[in-house]
Amino acid sequence: MAVAPEKARAAIYEGTRIPHPIPTVLQVSEELKATGDVLEINFGPNHPSTHGVLRLIVELYGEDVVGLEAVVGYLHTGFEKSMEQKTWWKAITYPERIDYLSFQANELVFVLAIEKLLGIPTPPKADWMRTCLCELNRIHSHLVWLGTAALELGAISMFWYCFREREQILDLFEMVCGARMHTRYFQTGGLAEEIPRGFYPEARRFVNWMPKAIEEYEGLVDRNKIWLERTVGLGLLSRDDAIALGQSGPVLRASGVDWDLRKVEPYLAYGECDFRVPVYYEGDVYARYRVRMEEMRESVKIVAQCLDQLESMPAGAPWITDDRKVVLPPREELQTSMESLIHHFKIVTEGYRVPEGEVYVTVESARGELGCYVVSDGGPRPWRVKFRAPSFVALEATATCMGNALVADMIAIVGSLDTVMGEVDR
Amino acid sequence: MSSSWKKVPGLVRVEEGHGETTLVVDPARLVEACTHLRDEEGFDYLSDIAAADYLGWGTVGVSGYIGTAAGRDLNRPMTQGLQALPRPKEKRFSVSYHLLAVTTPPRRVRVQAWLDEGEAVSSVVEVWPTADWHEREAWDLMGIPFTDHPNLKRILTGDDWEGHPLRKDYPIGGEPVRFSEEK
Repeated sequence: MAVAPEKARAAIYEGTRIPHPIPTVLQVSEELKATGDVLEINFGPNHPSTHGVLRLIVELYGEDVVGLEAVVGYLHTGFEKSMEQKTWWKAITYPERIDYLSFQANELVFVLAIEKLLGIPTPPKADWMRTCLCELNRIHSHLVWLGTAALELGAISMFWYCFREREQILDLFEMVCGARMHTRYFQTGGLAEEIPRGFYPEARRFVNWMPKAIEEYEGLVDRNKIWLERTVGLGLLSRDDAIALGQSGPVLRASGVDWDLRKVEPYLAYGECDFRVPVYYEGDVYARYRVRMEEMRESVKIVAQCLDQLESMPAGAPWITDDRKVVLPPREELQTSMESLIHHFKIVTEGYRVPEGEVYVTVESARGELGCYVVSDGGPRPWRVKFRAPSFVALEATATCMGNALVADMIAIVGSLDTVMGEVDR
Repeated sequence: MSSSWKKVPGLVRVEEGHGETTLVVDPARLVEACTHLRDEEGFDYLSDIAAADYLGWGTVGVSGYIGTAAGRDLNRPMTQGLQALPRPKEKRFSVSYHLLAVTTPPRRVRVQAWLDEGEAVSSVVEVWPTADWHEREAWDLMGIPFTDHPNLKRILTGDDWEGHPLRKDYPIGGEPVRFSEEK
């Protein structure tokens, strides 16, 4: 069940700490303001530890953070509006750029939404490969988080170690589709191309190496006194507050909620994979760090299972469904078949049509519940696309987590929420 | 399960589609309905608030409308040849609240309110605190006014932005760009 044991729940704090009446703004009390010693400073939007362009209006009383308001929107690029102007086929490139660290998950959620509206099946090979890439992407995202979060707390060597393994993952992505990031490898109905030769042995090598690398990271900081003092007991968020604030992913699981969409609402091949959902009950920065470390281990296990399945599939197993109204015909057919040429031309120029309807699809991205609300009017372009960005929601918790924090802890706390500003501002 | 929806205050109708349930509610009684769903049905988690603008929905020229009313049957040839318009919408804007019950198995439901230009809907911040930024985003990008919201101001665009960019009548590339006036 999704409830933490009573003992562990009581340990975080009593009652709720969500500010009232504005849940996302920590307001300074009148008495404190009357002292005249409250200093208001702007933290960001251009500050190296804000992971992009986050601006925090912080009110300080000495070293204590007594007031806080997060201001976002500096990276707003209107992805959702742009997607309404493109055909379904072309719009797939946009979601990846929304969250540039967890791009496969963003791509996946939009493709899954189209497939749900179309009612189109996907072959098992595509499902397993999507699972494999999504998990590699989760490791990639957590590595960037670990590297930069540790960097902000002064552990610069962690950054080099994390980027060493991140590089290996990006090499795998490059092998699959030719691009290191924003791969656009998921296509409506399956994958864009056959899995290249040489991918499996390279991915195996990574799977064998990665657990050792995670041990190295833990060796660096797990019992490091500075790391512990800067993470343990900070940025507290109780189970009830986390749910009320809509938190998801590692932040929610670090607050004692056993909730992972891969387990509770299995999609792709997750229902057939054997993995564990790490849950911690302390609700502090350290717990969030531990959840992400263990998630990387579990992701490696899932990738290994995906490779087992993919390698055992017969040669020539389809990687995309055979529906000529939606899926591009094989390239070689264009030389010989007029029908294929027409289909190719129609899909590329006009786009395929998606039946009228509205769907809301969610997946577990590296940052939590990533949702996609899509409305179709039956035409070749989406009528409305709306993303539920887990980072956007995570930032709503800053005011609650910042209770009793010092200004130096603020960086650790904001870092532990793992926000990607591209996704916050869309 | 489906019979218990009848107890939702202000329920207009229940729609099913693609395995999802939509509860269309009277906007005037939205907070009542949401409180009921949270306390009686266990929907303790607000996943998302999505607003959509249906201006120009179903008018030829906005985009093509070829298909069958029932959608496309993949196994039947020539199902793309019929002309069909999408079902008309009752009002211009829809606001969809995607709720989730953190239980095993999880349950999801969409609560939907329909509004016309200038009509307001009550804020659900008191029901789910996470609604704060979602409602600010819907106000900023779609111009949906939420009454009783404690801090309703723009969030993604600038404080001095004019118009609501995600509306269908907001032009693409037509926004004024600073320092670009030809003088």
